[in-house]
Amino acid sequence: MSVFSPANPAALYAENNPEAVAKYWDQSEHHPEEGASTPLGFWVYLMSDCLMFAVLFAVYGVLGTSYAAGPGPKALFDLNLVAINTAMLLFSSITFGFAMLAMYAGQKGKTLGWLFVTLLFGLAFLGIELYEFYHLIQEGAGPGRSAFLSSFFVLVGTHGLHVTFGSIWLITLMVQLAQKGITVANIRRMNCLSMFWHFLDVIWIGVFTFVYLLGMI
Amino acid sequence: MADVPGAQPTTFLLGRLNWDAIPKDPIIWVTFAAVVLGGIVVLGALTKYRLWGYLWKEWFTSVDHKKIGIMYIALALVMFVRGFADALMMRLQQVWAFNGSEGYLNSHHYDQVFTAHGVIMIFFVAMPFITGLMNYLVPLQIGARDVSFPFLNNFSFWMTVGGAVITMASLFIGEFAQTGWLAFPPLSGLQSSPYVGVDYYIWGLQVAGVGTTLSGINLLVTILKMRAPGMTMMRLPIFTWTSLCANVLIVASFPVLTMTLILLTLDRYLGTAFFTNEAGGNSMMYVNLIWIWGHPEVYILILPLFGVFSEVTSTFSGKRLFGYSSMVYATVCITILSYVVWLHHFFTMGSGASVNAFFGITTMIISIPTGAKLFNWLFTMYKGRIRYELPMMWTLAFMLTFTVGGMTGVLLAVPPADFVLHNSLFLVAHFHNVIIGGVLFGLFAAINFWWPKAFGFRLNVFWGKVSFWFWVVGFWMAFMPLYVLGLMGVTRRLRVFEDPSYQIWFGVAAFGAVLIAVGIAAMFVQFGVSIWKRNDPAMRDETGDPWDGRTLEWATSSPPPDYNFAFTPVSHGLDTWWDMKREGAARPVGKYHAIHMPKNTGTGVVLSAIATVFGMAMIWYIWWLAVLSFAGLVVVAIWHTFNYNRDFYIPVTEIEAKEAARTKQLQAAAGV
Amino acid sequence: MGAHHDTHDHGHSAGSHDHGSHASYIKGFILSVILTALPFGLVMAGGFENRLLTVALIVGFAVVQILIHMVYFLHMTAKHEEGWTLMSTLFTLIVVVIMLAGSIWVMYHMNTNMMPKMNHEALQGFGS
Repeated sequence: MSVFSPANPAALYAENNPEAVAKYWDQSEHHPEEGASTPLGFWVYLMSDCLMFAVLFAVYGVLGTSYAAGPGPKALFDLNLVAINTAMLLFSSITFGFAMLAMYAGQKGKTLGWLFVTLLFGLAFLGIELYEFYHLIQEGAGPGRSAFLSSFFVLVGTHGLHVTFGSIWLITLMVQLAQKGITVANIRRMNCLSMFWHFLDVIWIGVFTFVYLLGMI
Repeated sequence: MADVPGAQPTTFLLGRLNWDAIPKDPIIWVTFAAVVLGGIVVLGALTKYRLWGYLWKEWFTSVDHKKIGIMYIALALVMFVRGFADALMMRLQQVWAFNGSEGYLNSHHYDQVFTAHGVIMIFFVAMPFITGLMNYLVPLQIGARDVSFPFLNNFSFWMTVGGAVITMASLFIGEFAQTGWLAFPPLSGLQSSPYVGVDYYIWGLQVAGVGTTLSGINLLVTILKMRAPGMTMMRLPIFTWTSLCANVLIVASFPVLTMTLILLTLDRYLGTAFFTNEAGGNSMMYVNLIWIWGHPEVYILILPLFGVFSEVTSTFSGKRLFGYSSMVYATVCITILSYVVWLHHFFTMGSGASVNAFFGITTMIISIPTGAKLFNWLFTMYKGRIRYELPMMWTLAFMLTFTVGGMTGVLLAVPPADFVLHNSLFLVAHFHNVIIGGVLFGLFAAINFWWPKAFGFRLNVFWGKVSFWFWVVGFWMAFMPLYVLGLMGVTRRLRVFEDPSYQIWFGVAAFGAVLIAVGIAAMFVQFGVSIWKRNDPAMRDETGDPWDGRTLEWATSSPPPDYNFAFTPVSHGLDTWWDMKREGAARPVGKYHAIHMPKNTGTGVVLSAIATVFGMAMIWYIWWLAVLSFAGLVVVAIWHTFNYNRDFYIPVTEIEAKEAARTKQLQAAAGV
Repeated sequence: MGAHHDTHDHGHSAGSHDHGSHASYIKGFILSVILTALPFGLVMAGGFENRLLTVALIVGFAVVQILIHMVYFLHMTAKHEEGWTLMSTLFTLIVVVIMLAGSIWVMYHMNTNMMPKMNHEALQGFGS
């Protein structure tokens, strides 16, 4: 049946049918677009990151009531502080959104400005979180005190570390935008960072709901 | 090793690294001497023949998925020798230590050997093997020129190497974990394992794990985004389908391993209380989490090989794969079900009848799609003109061996039976039965099948058959006795035995291991002989299609040019290359265009080297170096993002020259 | 159809999908503020008599807010990237639910089975 068999490699070349060749081979100039995979690739990375947080939530779910005769959430958490922190992150989300819109409008200065505001909110969030941690450790409620506190510190701290790296990335990208302008590559990078930043916001919703709010009722 | 927990002297400069870290064991000295001598010979040869520049430019910094794939497999083969040496040592110890004899390994050494064997075989043999295979084949099978993120691919590979380097370093500096391959706490906690063993385990796996996760993302996105025009999901070659599912599992399970190990790290380094016995910790949570990763991991290992067996069976039966879509659905079912069976690894934890019943039933259910696949392969062979080449032989050996392994697995899925057999040698026999019979046999089938594609010549058949028969017979000899011993009540990881009636079975198993050793040696001889006689016209693959293949990787030359395809293939059905051959579209020539390709870069090597240093600094408590190397990682990564100039065009003249040479090669092969 | 054709047809991918407008961002922001303020207020005010109702409401607010973020800030649609974004998100969600519910279920049963209420007198006698 087959025109070609390994014993007769000549058929490979000799029996070419131009119509079939045109059907099976795209001979036009054809470059897969650079960076076309990046948005999906970065989204998949975020999904894997999401599973890391899922582990921490599961750990908190299982060990979150193991106080080891130490203090529990009601004795430790200050909801006012958490509310301010949540506000910082929410503000940073919308300012990042404005930065993206400015970028799409081609306004470099405005983009950088909004990014800077976003960075300030991010740093404020981190500052408040560090203050909270410091305060808890001062009270003798450090991460080694009980399994509850271990899982609390590591869940909230991992989110905080993500915000830290997001901020470093933000600064890097601001420098690159300032240097190279709003190029295709930089738009792609901004898109990724924007996904990252909003993703951290989504994780924070889980944190303040399951850790702080449910802990306080 | 320090005798008192926490009483290890440290210095600022070197942390807890000092002369005591050098093992006092003559076995290790001899190994060390051999490694040093061998290393000097290899390095000397590389220098003498001026290969450093070539290796660096053409291989180490390459972002070509084919070269990275080959490097992954080379790494796996090297580590395989180490892992198998551990296996032989265990077999020898267990047949020796009877009648009051202590054998030749003390418990400190023996416990490291069985831990290292498991860790190396899974993380540094099986994983790089399948990652390499997927790397090499997936872009070719989908008609792409590279993966989605070529630099990331190079970086992932080097991170895997970094993890392997850390693990291997533990042999000569300090010690490896003595905890078994999953390092369950509280044994792996600071109190029970105060020295560096568990830290080597953690950092080796973490560094390699970064690579595994990133390469999973990369291949997953490649399959979703880079398919040739017309190649819909239901036209994907079956190996690509199984790779897709394996990569989904990697992306959705390795983060769990990473996080679980981070928690163990925090317990050991910062004194948190996740898995400790005090302060409310719960060590069973570690077991629970690590198996949420661990069970999908089993399917990460086997799924791509199911794809290999499917390709091999249909190629060597000269038929379309029977039940392609059922094969796809079975694979997807396994992917999802693999997330709801994890508790069968610890039925004996005591979560009660309702929980155990649920997981027992899901485990039995997951064997159904696997069984369906077996029937698909059998029906593919049915009425086919089967050619018993080496890949097909390995496939047949797989079908027989894996079926037995699968059935003992279903047996273990029955919770009451598991209570008897848990942690016994029956379990050890079961998982070796499926991993060797499935994963390793599949990899050997794949090596024999795709070697000509990668290198342009076929593998020697005689030595291949020697290897095959020694392996298969050796496997059955080595592991069937373990089923018997397991049923007699022998638990795993024992070093000495009291009951002399076990000895004969351990003797048979040890003999089987020796046969396997011959099989492995024969495989390396096969490689050597084949490379030696690579210009023998009978062994050369001039056409690029030595087996009368069906999928697109056979549509290009062997080895393929760095751009894979001069023109973009268009798919109109399953088995695109088969259709091309039948319709006379096998050799397109015409007006070529410049091809856009990514540039090579050394950043992956640099980052991985720094990550390895970071791992070693953390293991030895050299804090200044840890801080420095971590900062270095961040700085180099940022510095890399400032390089916007990452690609180039292969000029038309170069493509024309390569394609003309290929045309000539084809004509010469045909004797025109 | 194949991925190559699609990216080719739709032009540059970095900005090819919907990236929102001021109005949509502000809408998302206001909704988020409301959905954050309500549960915080509820808990700070002491919650309802029925604890379960409070918990259900708070979790409900969180779920809705996550959806709001997905739509207004992450611009997620069913068509984005040929549906792969949505597909990967749903798959992740399934795994997350399995992992969370499974772990809690399994560990709860272990705790009740393996750590029955301790009989301190018996424990004191044990081993002495």
